[in-house]
Amino acid sequence: MSSSNAGEGDEATRSGFDAWIDALAGGEGYYLESPCGHGSLPPRRVCPECGSTDLTERPLPETGTVETFTVVSVPTPTFAEDAPYVTAIATFGPVRLTGVLRGVEPDDDAIDLGLDVTVGVERRETDDERVVVFRPTG
Amino acid sequence: MTEVRIAGVGLTRFGRHPDRTGRDLFAEAALRAFEDAAVPRADLEGLNYGNFIGALAEGQGHQAPLMAEAAGLRCPATRYEEACASAGVAVREAVRTVRSGEADVVLAGGMERMTHVDTPTTTRGLATAADDLFEVRSGVTFPGAYALMARAYFDAFGGDRTDLAHIASKNHANAVDNEYAQYRREVSIEDALDAPPVATPLHLFDACPITDGASAVVIVSESYAEEHGLDAPVAVTGTGQGTDRMALGDRESLTETPAARDAATAAYEEAGIGPDDVDCAEVHDCFTIAEVLAIESLGFAEPGEGIRAARQGVTTADGDLPVNLSGGLKAKGHPVGATGAAQIAELVRLLRGDHPNSEHVADATTAVAHNAGGTVASAVVHVLEVAE
Ligand SMILES: [Zn+2]
Repeated sequence: MSSSNAGEGDEATRSGFDAWIDALAGGEGYYLESPCGHGSLPPRRVCPECGSTDLTERPLPETGTVETFTVVSVPTPTFAEDAPYVTAIATFGPVRLTGVLRGVEPDDDAIDLGLDVTVGVERRETDDERVVVFRPTG
Repeated sequence: MTEVRIAGVGLTRFGRHPDRTGRDLFAEAALRAFEDAAVPRADLEGLNYGNFIGALAEGQGHQAPLMAEAAGLRCPATRYEEACASAGVAVREAVRTVRSGEADVVLAGGMERMTHVDTPTTTRGLATAADDLFEVRSGVTFPGAYALMARAYFDAFGGDRTDLAHIASKNHANAVDNEYAQYRREVSIEDALDAPPVATPLHLFDACPITDGASAVVIVSESYAEEHGLDAPVAVTGTGQGTDRMALGDRESLTETPAARDAATAAYEEAGIGPDDVDCAEVHDCFTIAEVLAIESLGFAEPGEGIRAARQGVTTADGDLPVNLSGGLKAKGHPVGATGAAQIAELVRLLRGDHPNSEHVADATTAVAHNAGGTVASAVVHVLEVAE
């Protein structure tokens, strides 16, 4: 297994995920909603909260809020050239997304929890693969 | 229900063994456990073996029969994989097998080799414990995931890097006399604070090392122990397992580990005890913040209070509830697939009185082991008690 593609999942797994990334890249990011209002991310057949299989695509809110972040200095090989970089978890309505936070200094003192961000798709510096990226609004 | 005893335990020295094969490491631990147990190998009815990244790091899958052969066993052998909780699950299933009456003697343990490959490769291997699609692709590393939890914890409850440094310092102090530990040296608060960052707010001494090593415990029925006159004073009186959403961002809270709480609740209930009855514990401190989350999920501290336990001396060797007297994953080392059974081995030695740190828990009768996988999407908890 080469280090460039190891741990990236197989093609079957990726297809549903890639469709979601395509949508996010086109500004049409979405999440899945069950009839009782639980949000979750695709690919998924069953609501992990209530077990409903009646899942509807709903548009992601335009802005999210950073709940936590870390400045990573020791990366996996696929992020070798990106380090130091910031990974954050941000809340978008009923779901949380995990992405790379760009447009800020990779420095604890330069980033505040509660920061409002948008979400899109950009490229990793290391291998040009697509990555979910947050950027501060405004 | 059949009562379960631990007849013997075996460990390799944890540390760097890049020139040794995995089969040699496991054989060393297994033979030591057989000798400690005084159980003939021919009596073994099963091997439950934990390993996490062997297929990635060693290019070796299908390790259970390989390890059975290395240990001189010809019995059903199964590999258990639950990331860093692999050996904990292997022990749990061995306990359940013996309890059910299916078998009287089962060997449970694990092995991991990690130091023969470079740090990026190990980092990638360990990251596979996280959600590949939604976490690893967004740059989440193993330390990074716990760093995300640490910052959320600080934001919710307070606490700082100095509180975490006290945990690292405590566990390093505990490892000094442990002949099996990887790092038998003290780390001062200043050393920990001055170390370089790995994934902020976690720095080098907040993280467990990269470790090679193996562990093995011989699990027997009480009736087998009595028939064969074994000296097996430690009983497994409770076992529990919990599961949570895989990705950290999908959890209800970023500062709690309900899988471990569920595992603890089940294990306590089986044993008929509560957190107040516990005399000492080995918990899964892959990162300093993980020890905080562990002791809260085990009920040793209220949510938001665990951060201060080491600094206040509650969980130190001389405290009311010593945690990680072995040195923990932090200083004893963390060969991931071996860790869960190694925790059991260390508690057995502590309770029997033949551990270098037994003096700190001379009157202890009840101990708890907490073993977690990934960011605690899996957790296994065991209760050990000195049988009357
Ligand atoms: Zn639902």
